[in-house]
Amino acid sequence: MNNWPHFRLEKRLTVPPWLEFLTLAVSLLLALVAIAVLFRVLGVNPIVAYQRIFRGAFGSLYGLSETIVKAIPLMMCGIGLSLAFRARVYNIGAEGQLLVGAICATGLALSRPDWPSWALRPAMFLVGFIGGALWALIPALLKARFRVDETLSSLMMVYIASELVNYLVYGPWKGAKEMGFPYTDKFSPSAQLPRLLNTRIHYPTLILALVLAVLAYVLIQRTKWGFEIRVTGENPEAARYAGMNYFKTVLLVMLLSGGMAGLAGVGEVAGIHYRLRYPQGISPGYGFTAIIVTWLARLNPLLVIISALLLGGLLVGGDAIQVALGLPVATIYIFNGVILLFVLGSDLFTHYKIRLEWRRER
Amino acid sequence: MIVEFILLVLKAAIPAGTPLLFGTLGEVTAERSGVLNLGVEGMMIVGAVTAFGVTYTTGNIWLGLAAAALAGSLLALVHAFASITLRVNQVVSGLALTMLGLGVSGLVGKRFIGMPPRTRLAPLTLPGLSDLPVIGPLFFRYDPMVYLAIILALVLWFMMYKTRWGITLRSVGESPATADALGVPVFRVRYLAVLFGGLMAGLGGAYLSVVYTTAWIEGMTAGAGWIVIALTIFAMWDPVRAMLGAYLFGGVRVLQYRLQPLGISPNLLNMLPFIFTILVLMLSTGEVIRRRVGAPAALMQPYTREER
Repeated sequence: MNNWPHFRLEKRLTVPPWLEFLTLAVSLLLALVAIAVLFRVLGVNPIVAYQRIFRGAFGSLYGLSETIVKAIPLMMCGIGLSLAFRARVYNIGAEGQLLVGAICATGLALSRPDWPSWALRPAMFLVGFIGGALWALIPALLKARFRVDETLSSLMMVYIASELVNYLVYGPWKGAKEMGFPYTDKFSPSAQLPRLLNTRIHYPTLILALVLAVLAYVLIQRTKWGFEIRVTGENPEAARYAGMNYFKTVLLVMLLSGGMAGLAGVGEVAGIHYRLRYPQGISPGYGFTAIIVTWLARLNPLLVIISALLLGGLLVGGDAIQVALGLPVATIYIFNGVILLFVLGSDLFTHYKIRLEWRRER
Repeated sequence: MIVEFILLVLKAAIPAGTPLLFGTLGEVTAERSGVLNLGVEGMMIVGAVTAFGVTYTTGNIWLGLAAAALAGSLLALVHAFASITLRVNQVVSGLALTMLGLGVSGLVGKRFIGMPPRTRLAPLTLPGLSDLPVIGPLFFRYDPMVYLAIILALVLWFMMYKTRWGITLRSVGESPATADALGVPVFRVRYLAVLFGGLMAGLGGAYLSVVYTTAWIEGMTAGAGWIVIALTIFAMWDPVRAMLGAYLFGGVRVLQYRLQPLGISPNLLNMLPFIFTILVLMLSTGEVIRRRVGAPAALMQPYTREER
């Protein structure tokens, strides 16, 4: 038989922070080079595209404000996911939990339009959190009770949530004044979140996200629950020997990550659209993009703020190249996909020493 | 009237289920080797745009299909390298693949939007059989790809359960360390299984753009790849059950148009495949059942010799 190239891996016992930073930076750089090559091959001038994206996202006050607008739901979802992924609980259903949060907030806003804003707005966030958490509870309970893998079940729940939104906006909740569009009626002013000056930044959600990022950081680093989450993720065997309840941890992180995705959904309907719309109208995949956000942030809730701004900027830049270069909106997914692959791949170089060997395959 | 309706739905369900069947047969094979590939949606859409583009340029639909298969496996190679060699998280890598595929297909496909198809695949007619009443239209008047998918399902089932090759594949997905000790080239088997998954997903997407719809529409797979993921579980990793499941899910898609005038919400119907899948996930996890029909034990677990 032929020789077969073979990587020999030696696990590093400690990972120095500079190495983590270096591999992240190098992988981002390589991803940008790879995307440029791909663009070139597909007939797009990468330099021009990169310039337009950067200028679109960060080059003007309007662009910056839109970057923040898109970063808000990414932060919200990403902070929750960083907790779940730390415990190696792969909730990939944030998109669905976001939509259910939006549904619950809409239900309250439409049925209690007369409540004063000081009561209605917090109540919408509350029911949105509960809705998202309950949607995540289903995969969590399935895991606890039947040992169903949460990855697949939480993914299935996304599509059920998405059809539920469709059902509502085409069916029972379809607005009387919406001329046949799949929208609900507009929320009463007391259900609408205030915005910063003439931007679309709904700052109550932004402030909430920033506060929750700090709280999540404290939770993970400074509390007993956080310790249990970390140990469960790093060494489930040790966690069991130490008498930690695995399912309690799973439940906790699923509820928190689902609830926070639900909050993101509330922000979108109450801060941006003032109504429930068809699912892609509410979220162009924020819940999935948040997975990249979380991974880029190395599962650190504080770093999620930065990576959310980065990927929010990419979304805005995507709109810019659509207008300026006539490229389809989907183009931006190339960035998401390639960056994610390179960052994922770089994890190996962070945690292992690698030697390439030629070895006879048995 | 009722009988006619049922026949109508059955007849439409089979072509509607065929792209799902191609994708699912590939994903069943990949997952049997222990590699979950959530990139099916991405591989399918790249297959769709490649098939349409090549068919449009060359005027040859078979070249289009072959190119789609190649494009699908090329994308799968990325996932194979990431998840098998670099041992990254399979879930996240698969999601990345889907995003990459959606992006590339959008960019490549821009010039084909609104283009008319150059050729179509004629239905296969078997003299005698195709003209039989009821049975003829129900079984013998589809395009060749429908039959290819059925043949592949049967062949794959036979290979998986009745040949040495099948034992090798399944052993790698159940217990890679044991397989390795017995001399099975684990890495190579996994690579081939994932590449085959990409090839089939590419064909599934191609079926959508050059046979079923005969047009390129951005994002035209519209979640078919995710239904494939659901279907793989629903079929409990069995090629023949995948065939039945694909036609059932295809039937659900057909029914939504037929039942809408009767006031039945298509959206609620669309939830059914995913609800079924969650139920199957629930029912198939008991240890006794899992050994017989459940998920491969090493699914989503990267393999390394050092940690054997």
